Amino acid sequence: MSLSNRPKTSILDKPLSKGKGEVSLSCFALLFSEVVQYSQNKSSTVPELQNRLHSLGYNVGSKIIDLYFVRERNAKREIKLLNILLFIKSTLWKALFGREAEKLEHSNDDENTYYLMEKEPLVNKFISVPRDKGSLNCAIFIAGIIESVLTGTGFAAKVTAHWHKGTTYMVKFDESVVARDKQLEDK
Amino acid sequence: MSRSSSRIDTKKVNSELVTLTYGALVAQMIKDLDNADDVSKQLERLGYNMGIRIVEDFLSKTGSGRCLDLKDTADKVQMAFKMYLGVQPNVANWSAAGDEFSFILDSNPLTELVELPDDLKNLKYCNIICGVLRGALEMVHLDVQSWIVQDQLKGDSNTEIRLKFIRRLEDSIPAGED
Repeated sequence: MSLSNRPKTSILDKPLSKGKGEVSLSCFALLFSEVVQYSQNKSSTVPELQNRLHSLGYNVGSKIIDLYFVRERNAKREIKLLNILLFIKSTLWKALFGREAEKLEHSNDDENTYYLMEKEPLVNKFISVPRDKGSLNCAIFIAGIIESVLTGTGFAAKVTAHWHKGTTYMVKFDESVVARDKQLEDK
Repeated sequence: MSRSSSRIDTKKVNSELVTLTYGALVAQMIKDLDNADDVSKQLERLGYNMGIRIVEDFLSKTGSGRCLDLKDTADKVQMAFKMYLGVQPNVANWSAAGDEFSFILDSNPLTELVELPDDLKNLKYCNIICGVLRGALEMVHLDVQSWIVQDQLKGDSNTEIRLKFIRRLEDSIPAGED
Protein backbone atom coordinates (compact mmCIF):
# COMPACT_ATOMS: atom_id res chain seq x y z
CA MET A 1 0.00 0.00 0.00
CA SER A 2 1.32 3.40 -0.87
CA LEU A 3 0.54 6.64 0.84
CA SER A 4 0.38 8.57 -2.39
CA ASN A 5 -3.39 8.70 -2.70
CA ARG A 6 -3.63 11.28 0.04
CA PRO A 7 -5.04 14.51 -1.46
CA LYS A 8 -2.42 17.14 -2.09
CA THR A 9 -4.29 19.94 -0.41
CA SER A 10 -5.71 19.26 2.99
CA ILE A 11 -8.56 21.15 4.53
CA LEU A 12 -6.08 23.32 6.43
CA ASP A 13 -4.51 24.60 3.23
CA LYS A 14 -7.73 26.24 2.19
CA PRO A 15 -8.68 29.67 3.50
CA LEU A 16 -11.39 29.68 6.13
CA SER A 17 -14.73 30.48 4.55
CA LYS A 18 -16.61 33.56 5.69
CA GLY A 19 -19.52 31.41 6.76
CA LYS A 20 -21.99 33.44 4.76
CA GLY A 21 -23.29 30.49 2.76
CA GLU A 22 -26.98 29.78 2.92
CA VAL A 23 -29.19 26.84 2.21
CA SER A 24 -32.94 26.60 2.24
CA LEU A 25 -34.77 26.18 5.52
CA SER A 26 -36.76 23.28 4.06
CA CYS A 27 -33.52 21.49 3.46
CA PHE A 28 -32.45 21.90 7.08
CA ALA A 29 -35.90 21.04 8.41
CA LEU A 30 -36.01 17.78 6.45
CA LEU A 31 -32.49 16.90 7.45
CA PHE A 32 -33.24 17.54 11.10
CA SER A 33 -36.39 15.48 10.81
CA GLU A 34 -34.27 12.59 9.56
CA VAL A 35 -31.84 13.17 12.41
CA VAL A 36 -34.68 12.87 14.91
CA GLN A 37 -36.16 9.81 13.20
CA TYR A 38 -32.82 8.10 13.03
CA SER A 39 -32.19 8.80 16.72
CA GLN A 40 -35.66 7.63 17.59
CA ASN A 41 -35.16 4.34 15.80
CA LYS A 42 -32.03 3.79 17.82
CA SER A 43 -33.61 4.47 21.17
CA SER A 44 -36.50 2.95 23.06
CA THR A 45 -37.33 5.66 25.57
CA VAL A 46 -37.75 9.43 25.46
CA PRO A 47 -34.75 10.11 27.75
CA GLU A 48 -32.61 7.93 25.52
CA LEU A 49 -33.74 9.87 22.46
CA GLN A 50 -33.02 13.14 24.26
CA ASN A 51 -29.54 11.91 25.14
CA ARG A 52 -28.85 11.03 21.53
CA LEU A 53 -29.97 14.43 20.26
CA HIS A 54 -28.00 16.11 23.02
CA SER A 55 -24.83 14.29 22.09
CA LEU A 56 -25.28 15.10 18.38
CA GLY A 57 -25.59 18.75 19.36
CA TYR A 58 -22.52 18.36 21.53
CA ASN A 59 -20.53 17.26 18.49
CA VAL A 60 -21.73 20.25 16.50
CA GLY A 61 -20.79 22.59 19.36
CA SER A 62 -17.28 21.28 19.66
CA LYS A 63 -16.64 22.13 16.00
CA ILE A 64 -18.10 25.58 16.34
CA ILE A 65 -15.87 26.83 19.17
CA ASP A 66 -12.71 27.31 17.18
CA LEU A 67 -14.53 28.27 14.03
CA TYR A 68 -16.41 31.14 15.62
CA PHE A 69 -13.69 32.38 17.92
CA VAL A 70 -11.26 32.59 15.04
CA ARG A 71 -13.77 34.19 12.73
CA GLU A 72 -15.60 36.56 15.06
CA ARG A 73 -13.23 37.20 17.91
CA ASN A 74 -9.81 37.20 16.34
CA ALA A 75 -9.03 33.91 18.08
CA LYS A 76 -9.40 35.44 21.55
CA ARG A 77 -11.35 33.33 24.02
CA GLU A 78 -13.55 34.67 26.79
CA ILE A 79 -12.52 34.25 30.42
CA LYS A 80 -15.52 35.81 32.17
CA LEU A 81 -18.66 33.85 32.76
CA LEU A 82 -21.07 36.59 31.80
CA ASN A 83 -19.14 37.34 28.63
CA ILE A 84 -19.22 33.78 27.38
CA LEU A 85 -22.95 33.68 28.00
CA LEU A 86 -23.39 36.90 26.05
CA PHE A 87 -21.19 35.48 23.32
CA ILE A 88 -23.57 32.54 23.04
CA LYS A 89 -26.68 34.66 23.25
CA SER A 90 -25.65 37.11 20.56
CA THR A 91 -22.67 36.15 18.40
CA LEU A 92 -23.21 32.42 18.24
CA TRP A 93 -26.98 32.61 17.97
CA LYS A 94 -26.80 35.19 15.23
CA ALA A 95 -24.33 33.20 13.21
CA LEU A 96 -26.21 29.93 13.57
CA PHE A 97 -29.82 31.00 13.55
CA GLY A 98 -29.75 34.51 12.09
CA ARG A 99 -30.96 36.30 15.21
CA GLU A 100 -30.12 36.70 18.88
CA ALA A 101 -31.65 34.51 21.54
CA GLU A 102 -34.47 36.36 23.19
CA LYS A 103 -33.63 36.44 26.87
CA LEU A 104 -30.88 35.61 29.27
CA GLU A 105 -31.73 35.47 32.96
CA HIS A 106 -29.94 34.66 36.17
CA SER A 107 -31.85 32.35 38.47
CA ASN A 108 -33.10 33.91 41.72
CA ASP A 109 -32.73 30.74 43.75
CA ASP A 110 -29.48 29.34 42.54
CA GLU A 111 -26.51 31.45 41.60
CA ASN A 112 -25.02 28.67 39.47
CA THR A 113 -28.00 28.61 37.17
CA TYR A 114 -28.82 30.76 34.17
CA TYR A 115 -31.71 30.59 31.74
CA LEU A 116 -31.59 31.28 28.04
CA MET A 117 -35.01 31.64 26.45
CA GLU A 118 -36.32 31.41 22.97
CA LYS A 119 -39.91 31.45 21.84
CA GLU A 120 -39.55 29.28 18.81
CA PRO A 121 -36.25 27.52 18.23
CA LEU A 122 -35.48 26.92 14.58
CA VAL A 123 -35.34 23.16 15.07
CA ASN A 124 -38.82 23.00 16.60
CA LYS A 125 -40.49 25.00 13.89
CA PHE A 126 -41.79 22.00 11.98
CA ILE A 127 -41.96 19.50 14.79
CA SER A 128 -45.17 18.53 16.47
CA VAL A 129 -44.62 16.44 19.55
CA PRO A 130 -46.91 13.42 19.92
CA ARG A 131 -49.08 13.39 23.05
CA ASP A 132 -47.42 10.41 24.60
CA LYS A 133 -44.02 12.09 24.36
CA GLY A 134 -45.06 15.40 25.88
CA SER A 135 -41.80 16.02 27.66
CA LEU A 136 -39.71 15.66 24.52
CA ASN A 137 -38.19 18.89 23.31
CA CYS A 138 -36.00 18.46 20.26
CA ALA A 139 -34.26 21.72 21.11
CA ILE A 140 -32.24 19.49 23.41
CA PHE A 141 -30.04 19.33 20.31
CA ILE A 142 -29.34 23.04 20.73
CA ALA A 143 -28.82 22.53 24.46
CA GLY A 144 -26.10 20.07 23.44
CA ILE A 145 -24.46 22.74 21.30
CA ILE A 146 -24.49 25.24 24.20
CA GLU A 147 -23.15 22.71 26.69
CA SER A 148 -20.35 21.79 24.37
CA VAL A 149 -19.33 25.39 23.71
CA LEU A 150 -19.37 26.24 27.43
CA THR A 151 -17.52 23.13 28.48
CA GLY A 152 -15.03 23.44 25.64
CA THR A 153 -14.16 27.01 26.60
CA GLY A 154 -13.52 26.09 30.22
CA PHE A 155 -16.91 26.75 31.76
CA ALA A 156 -18.07 23.30 32.73
CA ALA A 157 -21.84 23.21 32.75
CA LYS A 158 -24.86 21.04 32.17
CA VAL A 159 -27.43 22.39 29.75
CA THR A 160 -30.96 21.07 29.31
CA ALA A 161 -33.99 22.20 27.30
CA HIS A 162 -37.45 22.67 28.80
CA TRP A 163 -40.89 23.76 27.68
CA HIS A 164 -41.29 27.04 29.48
CA LYS A 165 -42.22 30.33 27.77
CA GLY A 166 -41.43 28.66 24.48
CA THR A 167 -38.19 26.85 25.07
CA THR A 168 -35.90 27.59 27.99
CA TYR A 169 -32.37 26.30 28.14
CA MET A 170 -31.27 25.76 31.70
CA VAL A 171 -27.56 26.30 32.14
CA LYS A 172 -26.21 24.90 35.38
CA PHE A 173 -22.57 25.77 35.92
CA ASP A 174 -20.21 23.69 37.92
CA GLU A 175 -19.58 25.24 41.36
CA SER A 176 -15.89 25.64 40.65
CA VAL A 177 -16.62 27.75 37.58
CA VAL A 178 -18.71 30.23 39.53
CA ALA A 179 -16.16 30.34 42.36
CA ARG A 180 -13.37 31.05 39.88
CA ASP A 181 -15.40 33.81 38.28
CA LYS A 182 -15.88 35.44 41.68
CA GLN A 183 -12.16 35.40 42.33
CA LEU A 184 -11.64 37.08 39.01
CA GLU A 185 -14.04 39.81 40.00
CA ASP A 186 -12.39 40.41 43.35
CA LYS A 187 -9.07 41.23 41.81
CA MET B 1 -48.60 29.55 -12.66
CA SER B 2 -49.73 32.80 -11.16
CA ARG B 3 -46.90 33.06 -8.69
CA SER B 4 -44.10 35.32 -9.69
CA SER B 5 -40.62 33.88 -9.66
CA SER B 6 -39.45 36.42 -7.13
CA ARG B 7 -41.45 34.62 -4.49
CA ILE B 8 -39.64 31.36 -4.99
CA ASP B 9 -38.25 30.15 -1.72
CA THR B 10 -37.85 32.70 0.97
CA LYS B 11 -36.44 31.29 4.19
CA LYS B 12 -32.77 30.49 4.43
CA VAL B 13 -30.53 29.16 7.13
CA ASN B 14 -26.80 29.29 7.64
CA SER B 15 -25.22 26.54 5.58
CA GLU B 16 -22.73 25.70 8.33
CA LEU B 17 -25.57 24.66 10.59
CA VAL B 18 -26.55 22.11 7.96
CA THR B 19 -22.96 21.07 7.31
CA LEU B 20 -22.24 20.47 10.97
CA THR B 21 -25.55 18.80 11.75
CA TYR B 22 -25.04 16.45 8.84
CA GLY B 23 -21.45 15.84 9.91
CA ALA B 24 -22.54 14.99 13.45
CA LEU B 25 -25.16 12.60 12.07
CA VAL B 26 -22.69 10.80 9.82
CA ALA B 27 -20.17 10.54 12.67
CA GLN B 28 -22.85 9.08 14.93
CA MET B 29 -23.88 6.56 12.26
CA ILE B 30 -20.31 5.42 11.88
CA LYS B 31 -20.21 4.83 15.62
CA ASP B 32 -23.52 2.95 15.50
CA LEU B 33 -22.99 0.86 12.40
CA ASP B 34 -19.25 0.48 12.36
CA ASN B 35 -19.08 -0.18 8.64
CA ALA B 36 -18.68 2.45 5.95
CA ASP B 37 -20.77 0.57 3.38
CA ASP B 38 -23.72 0.25 5.72
CA VAL B 39 -23.47 3.94 6.55
CA SER B 40 -23.46 4.84 2.85
CA LYS B 41 -26.56 2.73 2.36
CA GLN B 42 -28.31 4.24 5.34
CA LEU B 43 -27.48 7.76 4.14
CA GLU B 44 -29.04 6.96 0.80
CA ARG B 45 -32.17 5.81 2.61
CA LEU B 46 -32.35 8.99 4.70
CA GLY B 47 -31.97 10.99 1.51
CA TYR B 48 -34.78 9.02 -0.07
CA ASN B 49 -37.07 9.93 2.84
CA MET B 50 -36.14 13.58 2.41
CA GLY B 51 -36.64 13.39 -1.35
CA ILE B 52 -40.19 12.12 -1.22
CA ARG B 53 -41.11 15.10 0.92
CA ILE B 54 -38.96 17.78 -0.66
CA VAL B 55 -40.52 17.31 -4.08
CA GLU B 56 -43.84 18.66 -2.85
CA ASP B 57 -42.12 21.69 -1.42
CA PHE B 58 -40.44 22.20 -4.78
CA LEU B 59 -43.65 21.85 -6.79
CA SER B 60 -45.60 24.18 -4.55
CA LYS B 61 -42.91 26.84 -4.52
CA THR B 62 -42.10 26.80 -8.21
CA GLY B 63 -45.51 25.83 -9.57
CA SER B 64 -43.70 23.90 -12.25
CA GLY B 65 -45.63 21.53 -14.48
CA ARG B 66 -44.86 18.23 -16.12
CA CYS B 67 -41.50 17.54 -17.66
CA LEU B 68 -41.53 16.78 -21.35
CA ASP B 69 -38.34 14.77 -21.42
CA LEU B 70 -35.35 13.87 -19.30
CA LYS B 71 -33.55 17.05 -20.37
CA ASP B 72 -36.38 19.03 -18.90
CA THR B 73 -36.13 17.00 -15.72
CA ALA B 74 -32.41 17.65 -15.53
CA ASP B 75 -33.01 21.41 -15.78
CA LYS B 76 -35.55 21.30 -13.00
CA VAL B 77 -33.36 19.25 -10.72
CA GLN B 78 -30.58 21.69 -11.42
CA MET B 79 -32.88 24.47 -10.27
CA ALA B 80 -33.78 22.47 -7.17
CA PHE B 81 -30.09 22.16 -6.27
CA LYS B 82 -29.85 25.94 -6.42
CA MET B 83 -32.97 26.36 -4.32
CA TYR B 84 -32.10 23.90 -1.59
CA LEU B 85 -28.34 23.77 -1.41
CA GLY B 86 -27.54 27.17 -2.86
CA VAL B 87 -25.18 25.74 -5.46
CA GLN B 88 -25.81 25.29 -9.13
CA PRO B 89 -24.41 22.13 -10.67
CA ASN B 90 -23.63 21.72 -14.36
CA VAL B 91 -25.57 19.13 -16.26
CA ALA B 92 -23.14 17.21 -18.42
CA ASN B 93 -21.90 13.90 -19.80
CA TRP B 94 -25.12 12.74 -21.45
CA SER B 95 -25.05 9.16 -22.62
CA ALA B 96 -25.65 8.47 -26.30
CA ALA B 97 -29.07 7.04 -25.58
CA GLY B 98 -30.00 10.15 -23.62
CA ASP B 99 -31.06 8.23 -20.55
CA GLU B 100 -28.08 8.99 -18.34
CA PHE B 101 -26.32 12.19 -17.29
CA SER B 102 -24.31 13.82 -14.54
CA PHE B 103 -24.61 16.74 -12.18
CA ILE B 104 -21.23 18.31 -11.63
CA LEU B 105 -20.74 20.36 -8.48
CA ASP B 106 -17.77 22.68 -7.98
CA SER B 107 -18.64 23.17 -4.37
CA ASN B 108 -21.00 21.48 -2.03
CA PRO B 109 -22.15 22.88 1.30
CA LEU B 110 -22.35 19.36 2.75
CA THR B 111 -18.63 18.83 2.41
CA GLU B 112 -17.38 22.22 3.58
CA LEU B 113 -15.12 21.75 6.64
CA VAL B 114 -15.10 18.01 6.04
CA GLU B 115 -12.12 15.73 5.76
CA LEU B 116 -12.39 11.98 5.44
CA PRO B 117 -9.94 10.01 7.57
CA ASP B 118 -7.89 7.38 5.74
CA ASP B 119 -9.80 4.44 7.18
CA LEU B 120 -13.09 5.76 5.81
CA LYS B 121 -12.00 6.29 2.24
CA ASN B 122 -14.80 4.10 0.92
CA LEU B 123 -17.52 6.05 2.71
CA LYS B 124 -19.88 7.74 0.27
CA TYR B 125 -20.31 10.86 2.33
CA CYS B 126 -22.66 12.59 -0.10
CA ASN B 127 -24.83 9.56 -0.75
CA ILE B 128 -27.69 11.42 0.86
CA ILE B 129 -27.94 13.54 -2.30
CA CYS B 130 -28.33 10.41 -4.44
CA GLY B 131 -31.12 9.35 -2.12
CA VAL B 132 -32.86 12.69 -2.38
CA LEU B 133 -32.76 12.48 -6.19
CA ARG B 134 -34.17 8.96 -6.19
CA GLY B 135 -36.92 9.80 -3.70
CA ALA B 136 -37.96 13.06 -5.32
CA LEU B 137 -38.07 11.65 -8.84
CA GLU B 138 -39.94 8.56 -7.74
CA MET B 139 -42.71 10.83 -6.51
CA VAL B 140 -43.07 12.23 -10.01
CA HIS B 141 -43.15 8.74 -11.49
CA LEU B 142 -39.58 8.44 -12.59
CA ASP B 143 -37.64 5.42 -11.47
CA VAL B 144 -33.97 6.41 -11.46
CA GLN B 145 -30.67 5.19 -10.19
CA SER B 146 -28.12 7.60 -8.85
CA TRP B 147 -24.53 7.23 -7.71
CA ILE B 148 -21.38 9.20 -7.07
CA VAL B 149 -18.72 9.11 -9.75
CA GLN B 150 -16.25 11.69 -8.51
CA ASP B 151 -15.91 13.03 -5.02
CA GLN B 152 -14.02 16.11 -3.86
CA LEU B 153 -13.52 14.50 -0.48
CA LYS B 154 -11.44 11.84 -2.21
CA GLY B 155 -9.25 14.31 -4.02
CA ASP B 156 -11.23 14.72 -7.25
CA SER B 157 -11.49 18.26 -8.59
CA ASN B 158 -15.27 18.28 -8.44
CA THR B 159 -18.13 16.13 -7.30
CA GLU B 160 -19.99 14.26 -10.01
CA ILE B 161 -23.34 12.65 -9.36
CA ARG B 162 -24.60 10.34 -12.07
CA LEU B 163 -28.27 9.79 -12.72
CA LYS B 164 -29.74 7.02 -14.86
CA PHE B 165 -33.33 6.81 -15.97
CA ILE B 166 -34.71 3.30 -15.52
CA ARG B 167 -38.39 3.46 -16.36
CA ARG B 168 -41.50 5.47 -15.98
CA LEU B 169 -43.65 4.35 -13.06
CA GLU B 170 -47.32 3.71 -13.54
CA ASP B 171 -49.91 5.03 -11.14
CA SER B 172 -50.06 2.75 -8.19
CA ILE B 173 -52.71 2.26 -5.57
CA PRO B 174 -51.89 4.16 -2.39
CA ALA B 175 -50.41 1.96 0.31
CA GLY B 176 -53.00 0.24 2.45
CA GLU B 177 -55.78 0.39 -0.12
CA ASP B 178 -55.15 -2.75 -2.10
